[in-house]
Amino acid sequence: MNNTTWPDDIFRALMDLDVIQVGYVPDAGHTKLIQTCIADNRVRAIPLTSEEEGIGLLAGAWLGGQRGALLMQGSGIGNIVNMLCMARACRLPLLMVATMRGQWGEMNPWQVPMGQTAEETLKLQDVTVYSVDRPEDVGEAVIAAGRIAFNGPAMAAVLISQRIIGSKDFK
Amino acid sequence: MTHPKQPVLDRRHVVENLLADRGELLVVAGLGASAWDITAAGDYALNFPLWGGMGSAATIGLGLALAQPERRVLVITGDGEMLMGLGSFATIAVQAPKNLAVVVLDNERYGETGMQETHTAFGTDLAGMAAAAGIAATATIRNEAELQDAVAVIRHAEGPIMHVIKVKADTLPKAVPPKDGAYLRDRFRMALLGDAAAV
Ligand SMILES: Cc1ncc(C[n+]2csc(CCOP(=O)(O)OP(=O)(O)O)c2C)c(N)n1
Repeated sequence: MNNTTWPDDIFRALMDLDVIQVGYVPDAGHTKLIQTCIADNRVRAIPLTSEEEGIGLLAGAWLGGQRGALLMQGSGIGNIVNMLCMARACRLPLLMVATMRGQWGEMNPWQVPMGQTAEETLKLQDVTVYSVDRPEDVGEAVIAAGRIAFNGPAMAAVLISQRIIGSKDFK
Repeated sequence: MTHPKQPVLDRRHVVENLLADRGELLVVAGLGASAWDITAAGDYALNFPLWGGMGSAATIGLGLALAQPERRVLVITGDGEMLMGLGSFATIAVQAPKNLAVVVLDNERYGETGMQETHTAFGTDLAGMAAAAGIAATATIRNEAELQDAVAVIRHAEGPIMHVIKVKADTLPKAVPPKDGAYLRDRFRMALLGDAAAV
């Protein structure tokens, strides 16, 4: 995992998209990207206590003329459904990048229900979803999702497959 | 927990005072009575009244305050709405925006949904929770004299500020803002950022 480049590709994509506010709830899959966001003062890394706060934060950011993105674990999608309705009712741009659990060889059965329904859950709220299975596609998918989000304005999510992140096995 | 003494302040009077001579102030209001209150004081383009997203008012204020550090941002919301977004106290404390004030109009009730008592009716102390989360400028305001001092703090003192204002649990005539979120959004952005910000 240490020599993977896709977290840097996401960061470059966020820079290309002029993203400034980056809200996050940590996930192991986002460790490197979160570190980069904290270290680079071109973005403001904003730790959240829940993914719901991210939707409010980014709504406010955009009302104030700034773009943002939300970094999260896929399970956080279950936390934000009513907030997605707000973003939908106001047609606010929303760019989400989620690292997935509960999809592929998951060792924690409590992760599986959300992992298996995340994409449908988002689509039910009219979010454009790019599910990415290959590391080399991640950066491009974030650019594409960002264009959907900020040109819409609309909601778009990149779901980074557990096949990219890898699944641990607690034996 | 015991019931504290009955609130005396009128919420519309409080909001009129908070928004007097508002100038360039950016205002976000939580869903329900707070949205009607800011509208009763005048339906301005630089108001963003919520019709949903319960629990999000304070973080909308945060994103806005970070994006517009030169402008004052005031969030006015209810105790029920704030209770659904308590984590935002911690998130705001960490970002520490100097230009953000959050005011909770605490009627100790879920006014919009049948006046059920909220946790604050039994002693839950929202200002205390905000202080414990790391917001330095917190207070609970209970009478007219305290309100008059608090208005200057809320409008001008260094943030982040979180004030609870205890208000009477009255049901007042609704002053209804526009409902279309996309309209509210464009109206706000055009007033703040110029006509080019229209979608
Ligand atoms: C997620 C969600 N749960 C419940 C409601 C129903 N609801 C609408 S307004 C409201 C009460 C708001 O109470 P408060 O913020 O204290 O405002 P006030 O008493 O001033 O009306 C509730 C529970 C909702 N709109 N959304």
